[in-house]
Amino acid sequence: MLETGLILRALARNKIGALLIALQIALTMTIMVNAIFMIQDRQQQMQRDSGLDEANTFYLTNTVFGQDYNIQAHLQTDLHMIRNTPGVIDAIQINAVPLSSSGWSMALQHEPGEDKDAVGSAIYMVDEHAINSMGLELIAGINFTQEDIELRKDGQSTWPAKTIITKAFAENLYPDDWQSAVGKTVYISQTQPMQIIGIVKALQAPWNGWNGVERSMLVPFHRESKGSYYFIRTEEGRRDALMPIIEKALAESDKERIIRRVTTVEDTRKRSYRQHNATNKTLTTVVITLTLITGFGIVGLAIFSINRRTKQIGTRRALGATKRQIMSYFMMENFIISAIGNVIGCIGAVGLNMWLVSTFNLSPISFELITFGVVALFIVGQLAVLYPARKAAMIAPATATRTI
Amino acid sequence: MFSYYLRLAWISIVRHWGLSLLMVCAIGLGIGAAMTTVTVNYLMSANPIPEKSEQLYYVQLDSWDVNDPFDDGLNPPDQLTFTDSSNLMRAQKAFRQNVQAQAFGVIEPEDPEMLPLIVNGRANSADFFTMFNVPFIYGSGWSNQSDESKEFVVVLSKETNDKLFGGEDSVGKSIKLEGNMFRVVGVVDTWQPKPRFYDITTGAFNESEDIFVPFHLIADEKISRSGNTNCWKPTGDGFKAFLASECIWTQFWVELKTEQEKEDYLQFLNAYVEEQKQFGRFQRPVDNRLSNVMEWLEVQEVVADDAQMMMAMSFMFLIVCLLNTVGLLLAKFLGKAPEIGLRQALGASKATLFSQYIIESACIGILGGILGLLLAYLGLKGVEGLYGDYMQGLASLDTNMAILAVGLALISTILAGLYPTWRACNIQPAQQLKSQ
Repeated sequence: MLETGLILRALARNKIGALLIALQIALTMTIMVNAIFMIQDRQQQMQRDSGLDEANTFYLTNTVFGQDYNIQAHLQTDLHMIRNTPGVIDAIQINAVPLSSSGWSMALQHEPGEDKDAVGSAIYMVDEHAINSMGLELIAGINFTQEDIELRKDGQSTWPAKTIITKAFAENLYPDDWQSAVGKTVYISQTQPMQIIGIVKALQAPWNGWNGVERSMLVPFHRESKGSYYFIRTEEGRRDALMPIIEKALAESDKERIIRRVTTVEDTRKRSYRQHNATNKTLTTVVITLTLITGFGIVGLAIFSINRRTKQIGTRRALGATKRQIMSYFMMENFIISAIGNVIGCIGAVGLNMWLVSTFNLSPISFELITFGVVALFIVGQLAVLYPARKAAMIAPATATRTI
Repeated sequence: MFSYYLRLAWISIVRHWGLSLLMVCAIGLGIGAAMTTVTVNYLMSANPIPEKSEQLYYVQLDSWDVNDPFDDGLNPPDQLTFTDSSNLMRAQKAFRQNVQAQAFGVIEPEDPEMLPLIVNGRANSADFFTMFNVPFIYGSGWSNQSDESKEFVVVLSKETNDKLFGGEDSVGKSIKLEGNMFRVVGVVDTWQPKPRFYDITTGAFNESEDIFVPFHLIADEKISRSGNTNCWKPTGDGFKAFLASECIWTQFWVELKTEQEKEDYLQFLNAYVEEQKQFGRFQRPVDNRLSNVMEWLEVQEVVADDAQMMMAMSFMFLIVCLLNTVGLLLAKFLGKAPEIGLRQALGASKATLFSQYIIESACIGILGGILGLLLAYLGLKGVEGLYGDYMQGLASLDTNMAILAVGLALISTILAGLYPTWRACNIQPAQQLKSQ
């Protein structure tokens, strides 16, 4: 380790140059680690299970404008028609679509009364075909039956007696044992009792930015409303072919309404997470260009410092240093600078993260990520200095004698 | 002398073209990234109505649950109940006032061949158009008298007018909306405030409406409302009960011309809430607020967190690029030590050397700035493509931004060049000449 002392003394004579690289590495580390952290955070959010059979489902809006229109009768014929179309597995009327960012929410509470704690949940008004139509998985209790379905008028304030909730919601209501939720009575709208008859594995609320996005409940309602969605599930691979067929059939069956926005759930997911996706792509670009700039900066500075020291290197070679020793000298030099940069970088990364946590409600960074950042930057540094170091090793010992 | 230094700088840049390219690229990337995010932030936080943003106030009253404050008690509710906005409207205490909500409806065109049209609308009062300086191609908004006598009037957007009437002057003509006949009183010219400050409850950058109708039509159930609805107390059955409920879904704006008028209005609001307390409403402490346009956008955090975070990141990115440039310039100038020594020995003063090397840094800065501008343009195109509608129209470079980009590049590169230049000027000529 004779080299190390030598390198440190040499670095001390050119403090500023070394410090510049170290600072650059430190800032790169700070940005890189936090950017990757933000990317991971978003990716985790995007990977959450919506609970739906996303590949085979789509929906459309049905807006009635005719006067004296028998909504209930038309609903029955529409659903009958869609369910009997070859290739369709099942279909329902629904008031909102998961991930679509618009919907309804209500709060449930353990006891009736005005000042009791309540937990918010998304509301999906559906019939007994919901589990099949959405591709949900019933993991406890039972489904609704046809007798459970009530007709809801616009502005109605009473709720049905039964509900099916998601597992996440059950865990929130009964933290000790979510399965015990089945059969329990909870209160909606402060005082109205509702019995939990079933639990589905997952079903997301329409708002992906909400911290309660995993909490939803199915309520057995058919809505007598001028605007609603039909949500349809098809057999594997037949969705795209069936979309125009069903749209046309509905539109032509009745001229007093408008069928619009025939959309797949996959598109809705893309739209819903578009901003996340975009931010992630931008951040990835930032990380890559930043690393490249730092890498090239190291290359440039190393070449210059080697050019300046050509004579010394030649002299060392003439005095018996091997090519390998010359190379390892520059690799070691870079290693020491990187180490300084990484130490400052770790502090910077944690500092920036603390600022992000306090300003934007992000969660604290993980230790693994910082380790990754350190290792990555050491590798980048060593790779960047490889070419200049090889060039240095090629300097002929004769240069030493030639110019003196 | 200047042009001579310029020529020297050019020769030096070309001679070390690899290094120069590296520096120009680094500065270009840094400036490009910084300008992209600055532009997005700048446009997001732009004042959508600079001529009167100080006179328009958004009204908030804390009508929420006494046990469970709205927004954890940080802010009063972001909308008003129908009861309160109707009462405030009736009081007419401000210079101008507007109650509004989102609405939608179906237009059935006269031509049976044409498909019915679903339109996004705004239900508002007569003052809306004058308060928010809405530009008209034909006609104007409706009058306060129309509101009072509950007339069926409608203002169309340019787009809707194009669809229904082929762009002709349609004032006085009628359209069938939700089964009722409405008289067209005006056609709005292209109008898309960014952010759409007058209603940001469902997104600050939404498109402006297809039609505008009087607010009273909602209560009379002639048009359906949409937008956000928040309730904390159960409502009774039916629409009448909903209107009388504590659900918030209306927005209320007032125009107040002086600070005194603002004080007076706030006092009026406080008195109103005290009065309502007697009916058992407003059980929370009095917290009424009047926010002008920019304050309101600030409170509602219109500038997305993402955009701010990106801006912070991109400035750090720029600093990395500048550190890079400092290092490379240092290496470059010190590499010229023998030349500098020689020039000093021949009589060049420190001042001349200084200006020569600063000019060289500045040249690199300008080149980097131009590259940065190009990259910012591409970056904004990319942002627009990636984010879609959300960023539509928010990603464009104007002259201000272009000047800022080149200026920023120039200044930061000169700053980056200061230390290397200073070092270069302090080279000992004797030492350099000795070793040659």
